[in-house]
Amino acid sequence: MKKINSASDLEDFRKAILQERDPAKKIVRICNTGCRGSGSIRVADAFEHQIRAENLQGRVVIKRTGCHGFCEIGPVLVIEPDNILYQRVKPDDAAEILSETILKGNLIERLLYQDPENGERISPEADIPFYRNQRKMVSHRAGRIDPIDIDDYIAEGGYTALSKALTTMSPVEIIDTVEASGLRGRGGGGFPAGRKWRSCRAAEGIVKYVIANGDEGDPGAFMDRSLMEGDPHSILEGMIIGGYAIGANEGFIYVRDEYPIAVEHLSIAIEQAESYGLLGKNILGSGFDFTLEINRGAGAFVCGESTALMNSLEGKVGEPRAKYIHTVESGLWERPSNLNNVETWANVPLIINRGAERYAETGTQGSKGTKIFSLVGKVRNTGLVEVPMGITLGEIIYDIGGGIRKDKGFKAVQTGGPSGGCIPASKLDMPVDYDSLKEVGSMMGSGGLIVMDENSCMVDVAKYFIGFLLYESCGKCVPCREGLKQMHEILSNISEGHGEEGDVALLEEISHLMIEASLCALGGSAPNPVLSTIRYFPDEYKAHIVDKKCQAGVCRNLFEYFIDETLCDGCTLCRKKCPEGAVSGEKKQVHVIDPAKCVNCGICFSLCKKEAVRVR
Amino acid sequence: MTLAKVDQVLAKYGYRHDALIGIMQDLQRLENYLPPETIRYVSQRLEVPLTRLYHIATFYKSFSLEPRGRHIVRVCLGTACHLSGAVQTQEQIERSLQIKEGETTKDMMFSLETVNCLGTCALAPVTMVDEEYYGEATPGRVEKILSFYTETSGSVENEED
Repeated sequence: MKKINSASDLEDFRKAILQERDPAKKIVRICNTGCRGSGSIRVADAFEHQIRAENLQGRVVIKRTGCHGFCEIGPVLVIEPDNILYQRVKPDDAAEILSETILKGNLIERLLYQDPENGERISPEADIPFYRNQRKMVSHRAGRIDPIDIDDYIAEGGYTALSKALTTMSPVEIIDTVEASGLRGRGGGGFPAGRKWRSCRAAEGIVKYVIANGDEGDPGAFMDRSLMEGDPHSILEGMIIGGYAIGANEGFIYVRDEYPIAVEHLSIAIEQAESYGLLGKNILGSGFDFTLEINRGAGAFVCGESTALMNSLEGKVGEPRAKYIHTVESGLWERPSNLNNVETWANVPLIINRGAERYAETGTQGSKGTKIFSLVGKVRNTGLVEVPMGITLGEIIYDIGGGIRKDKGFKAVQTGGPSGGCIPASKLDMPVDYDSLKEVGSMMGSGGLIVMDENSCMVDVAKYFIGFLLYESCGKCVPCREGLKQMHEILSNISEGHGEEGDVALLEEISHLMIEASLCALGGSAPNPVLSTIRYFPDEYKAHIVDKKCQAGVCRNLFEYFIDETLCDGCTLCRKKCPEGAVSGEKKQVHVIDPAKCVNCGICFSLCKKEAVRVR
Repeated sequence: MTLAKVDQVLAKYGYRHDALIGIMQDLQRLENYLPPETIRYVSQRLEVPLTRLYHIATFYKSFSLEPRGRHIVRVCLGTACHLSGAVQTQEQIERSLQIKEGETTKDMMFSLETVNCLGTCALAPVTMVDEEYYGEATPGRVEKILSFYTETSGSVENEED
C-alpha cells in the first residue's frame, strides 16, 4: 500500500476513493456488532449468499457496520440512498428485500418501524421518533461505515482533522482550541480536557504518554463499546492529535476483556493506519512520530480508575495510587501521562474540524457538545442515543425512549453507574449536564441511563450497587473495604426483612465517612446509590424496615406471587414449568399458587403471557 | 499444556514483564484455565516471583486457577439485567446444572460464571454461552438454552424465535 505522505496526498486519496464508487449501487448497512446478540451476522451472510446466487454484485453491496443505536428493534438494516430502515430482519427476509426493495423499489410494510402511538409504518430512518430527536455528532459514523475498512472512514472525511492539526496548527493552538471548546471528560469525572492536556504538556519529562480508557466497567453503559467497535479510527485520530499537542509519541488503548469485537476492530484499525503512514514515523510529512498499542483488561472494575488502569498497563494488579500525585506529571512508568475516555478522544477530531466556537454552540454553559447515553432498563426504546447536553431527562426517556414499557409507572432513572444515583420523577425536567446531575446527588458517569419502573425496588437497587462495589473494591484502603461490607450487610438485612430502626441513619453515617476518607473515587462515590435512594425514596425503606413489605416484588422474603383470577386463562404453562410443583389447576381453569411450596423463583412470572402472575 | 506453546506466547510478547496480563490471558485461552505448572514455568522463564503471578491471577476476575468445563455459561449481572431478573436466571441455571457460580459440573460440560456487564444491555437479561449471546434469557428460557449444548454436544445455532 502506498503511504499517505502529506495533507494533499490524503485529499487526493479521498477523492480517488469517492470517484471509484458507483453512485447507482445500493448499499445495505447491517449492524454486525451490537445486533449480533439478535442474530445479525446470519442476516448479513444470507444477503451475501443471495447476492451471489442472483448475480447482483453490480447492483448492491452489503456493508457490515457498527451499532445503529436502536438495539431494541435489532437486527437493524438501512438501505441507501433512500435510508429505508428495516427492523427485526431475519435471514429469510434477504431474498424478498433484494427482489422487492432493491430491484423494484417497493417498501416491505411489515419490516418497517411501526409507531406504537398510532400504528403507522415509518420510513425513512430519520423520521422515526427515536432518531428524530437525537443529534448524532460523535456516533454518526458508527452505523454508517465499515469499521474494518479505513478507506470508508477516509471517504467520510476521516483523518482531515489530523491533517489540519499536524500541518496547520501548533501544539499550543490545538490545546487552546480544545480548551475553548469546553470539552469535559466523558468518562464521568467531567474534568476539562484542554486543561489536562496543558498540564501534561507543561509537565517535566522527555517521554510522555497518551492513554485511552476503554475499560467501560459501568454496568448498563455501552457507548464506548459501540465507538470502539463501530468507529475505531475516530479514537485513533483523536489520540494522534492529542499526542502531537501534548508531546507524546506513544499511546495506549486499554480495553475491557469482555469486549472482544472492540479489541479486534481497534487492532485492525491500528494496522491499517500504520500501513497508510497515519501512525508511525513522520506522519503526513509533519515530522511527528506516534505509535499505538492495545492492552486488554482482565475483568476488574477498579481498572477504569485512571491510576489503577496505569498499574494494570504496567502488568501489575490494578490498585489505585494516591491522588495527590497527578498522573499528568507522574503516571504510567512514572512519566507524564494524559488519560482520557474513549468518547472524549472521539470528540477531538470534531472539535478540530469545526473549530471551538462552532463546537461550543451545542450544550449548556458548563457542559459543551453532545453526550452519548445508553438508554436501557424498563424503557420502550432501548439503545444508544446521542443528545445535546442540557436536554431534559424527560425528553430522553419519553420523546426518544418512547416512555415506560407496558405503560407502567416511572419510578426512577439511575445515572452514573455504581457511583451515581437514582433520580425520581419530580426531577425529570432537569437538564442533563455534569453540574445539574451532581446537584441532585448523582453524576454523569460514563452515560448509562437505566430506567426503573414500579417493579423496581429501590432498596434492592442500592444493595445491588453496594454489592457490586464490595466485590470490585480492591481492598487497599479501609473506609472503602470495610464501609462497603457493613453497608451491604445492613442493606441485606433490610431486604430480607430483618431491618431495624436506626439502619437508615447508620447507612448515612457510614456513607459520609467513606466520602471523606476513601483513597480513590470508587470508595468516595460508592455511597451515592444509597444516599440518593434514601433521599428520594424514604417510604420504600420504611416499608421494608417497618412493614416488612416489598411492593415492587423484588425482595424475596417480603412478597408472594399470586395468580390474578381475572387474567388467568388456564393455559397450564406455569403449572408445567414450576420446579416446585407449587401451581395447581385444570386446563382452561384458573390456576392457584401454593405459597407454602413456592420458592419465588419467578419462572411462572416470566412465562405467563397474560401477565396473570402478580405480586403482593 | 506443552511448554513449547507457553514459550510461543512469551515470545509473542517479547518476554516483557509489563505484558504479563496479556500473556496470562493468552495462556488461559489454551486450556480454559491457568494450570499451576504453567504459572511456575512463566515465573522461571520471565524471572518474575511466583507471588506476583498469583497476585494477578487472583485479582482479576477473568483468570481461573481451576479447570473449567467445555462450555462457559456467563450470566450478565449488569444493572439492566439485574432489573430484568438476572438473579432469578442465575438461580435457575444453578438449579438446572446443580452447581453454584464459579463451579463446574461433574461431567466437565458446563462452568457457571457471572459478569458485571456484557455491554448488550438493550437485550437484558443476557446470558452468554461460550461466544453466543442470548438476549431476554429469563428463567423460563434457561432449560431451552442449555439444551442446545447438552443435546448437540457443542456446535450450536442461536435459536430463531
